Amino acid sequence: MVEWLNILVQGAMLGGLYALFAVGLSLSFGIMRLVNIAHGDLIVLSAYFALMAVNASNLPALTTLVVIVPVMFGLGYVLQRFLLNLTLSGGLLPPLLVTFGISVITENALLQAFGPDIQRLHAGAIETASVSFGPLAVGVYPMLVFATAVLALAALQVVFYRTALGRAFRATSDDADTAEMMGVDNRHLYAVAMAIAMIFTALAGVLMAIRTTFDPASGPTRLIFAFEAVIIGGLGSLWGTLLGGMVLGIAQAVGAALSPTWQILAGHLAFLLILMVRPSGFFPRTRD
Amino acid sequence: MAGYRIERSTRESRWFAGFLVLVLAALATLPYWGGPGDMRLVSEMAYYLALAQLWNLLAGYAGLVSVGQQAFVGLGAYFMFYLASELGIHPLLALALAGPFAAVISLPMALAVFRLRGAYLAVGTWVFAETFELGVSLIQPLGAGSGMSLTPAIMRQIAETRDGRDLVLYWVSLLIVTVILALVYWLLRSRHGLALTAIRDSEAASESLGVDTFRTKLMIYVVTAACTGVVGAFIFLEKLRLSPESGFSVNDWTVVVIFMVVIGGIGTLEGPIIGMLVYFGLREFLADYGTWYLILLGVTAVVIMLKAQDGLWGLVAKRFNLHLFSVRRHLAR
Repeated sequence: MVEWLNILVQGAMLGGLYALFAVGLSLSFGIMRLVNIAHGDLIVLSAYFALMAVNASNLPALTTLVVIVPVMFGLGYVLQRFLLNLTLSGGLLPPLLVTFGISVITENALLQAFGPDIQRLHAGAIETASVSFGPLAVGVYPMLVFATAVLALAALQVVFYRTALGRAFRATSDDADTAEMMGVDNRHLYAVAMAIAMIFTALAGVLMAIRTTFDPASGPTRLIFAFEAVIIGGLGSLWGTLLGGMVLGIAQAVGAALSPTWQILAGHLAFLLILMVRPSGFFPRTRD
Repeated sequence: MAGYRIERSTRESRWFAGFLVLVLAALATLPYWGGPGDMRLVSEMAYYLALAQLWNLLAGYAGLVSVGQQAFVGLGAYFMFYLASELGIHPLLALALAGPFAAVISLPMALAVFRLRGAYLAVGTWVFAETFELGVSLIQPLGAGSGMSLTPAIMRQIAETRDGRDLVLYWVSLLIVTVILALVYWLLRSRHGLALTAIRDSEAASESLGVDTFRTKLMIYVVTAACTGVVGAFIFLEKLRLSPESGFSVNDWTVVVIFMVVIGGIGTLEGPIIGMLVYFGLREFLADYGTWYLILLGVTAVVIMLKAQDGLWGLVAKRFNLHLFSVRRHLAR
């Protein structure tokens, strides 16, 4: 009994990381209807940037966020402003295939630069520390990741509903043309949205790199986890992504408890089951 | 309107049809004037052309951008391997049966992924392919993670000697690609083709004119799944070895195929042919550069999507008003 409760808690904590994977994807879809196929590869790219920073400076892994977050923020702005914005007027295929191309380019560039070896970041004692709650022992690091996800979502909530920028985001999401007529510069706004999405990508990448191993080819799996969390939670819902991430994390933890080979498969099966019985997810907001 | 009639074929399309027959005849006799290396290359080009044409039908016409077609390559291949090695069925019969098998699997899949729209459908199909790969690697009778092989005893059912088998498999590859090209061509010329072209140009408008977009898309999804299953079974009948990783490889069976179609020109029958030729042409020179080659293909695809969405063939077709396949209708005196 305690054992299963433990699995549930571990899975839910893992869900925090998946929510961080998912927020960037959900944000770019919510505001510019862009599904970024390269999303997972950009998470892995952030992890490699952190690896480079650690190797170059010997700083603790988590402090690299100070550098990685601004770098990815800038990359997001440039990517959207000068490349992805050009794809948004011509239907479904251009954004899909351009981000698909970026995915393949990123993956192979990482392979060329770092080789196929499996990498990992080390954060020291915090990795193995745990706190006891009665019979339960919960890792400090997973809790930290989960708390980061909750705080990040709360911050995004404040930006969305309490600031002028958030108002512009919501207006553009509802009706891009009318928002433009009211003086919103959509090209700039989309670039800012992608830059903000990349803050989450950077967070997700660095936090993932400490928790699990990664290699140049692990991007697509991250994209799929993010996508599953978004769909389970319901398109366009901020807190839905957290719930979706937790459902996915719990499904994977239960699968892994049955047999290690079942971990990812159990997550996919849970996703497909939810897609069958509740195709719009738990808290659908955006209509596509 | 007296004096006008609707024409399907043009002078160019009749010439091109003749040219295709000549090419096919030349290729069919290749074993008598070319080497085994040539046969291997042509049969690889044939199955890639088939995959490209099928993906083009799915994404370019029906608007179903799937990143999960490797699911059917893998399923078709595993089904064929299982029938041939566990049930003792003739490998070529097993190959043909892979089609109906993939179709049966694709139907419930379609009902699930069709609940997702646009780009989300792309990722949804990918999840299915991943699920199959992980699932198959747990099944002991299918060799689990290490996969299956076709034994020499099984292959001798096709022909006694190695040369004889190579010859049969080569002709089978030509037969498969010819049948698939003919099927796609026929589909596009039929009333389904008219519906598909309408869906390609505007889904909302075609729906308002009475096209049943759901049924049309479902039919295309199932037909492409069946054909992709047969192609998959063929690919691994030639390779003799199958593992979850190779059978369900997204890079080999979908990424490369998407690049071919996008570079050649999506939404035309000529595009995938051009794209396949460009891919193999570049590969001759750049194969040694592995990752750089894929980066180059990625960059090319991005540039084409931004600058010339209709691909290389689109540029030619626009410049010379040239259409080699007579799937359009013209008004003529």
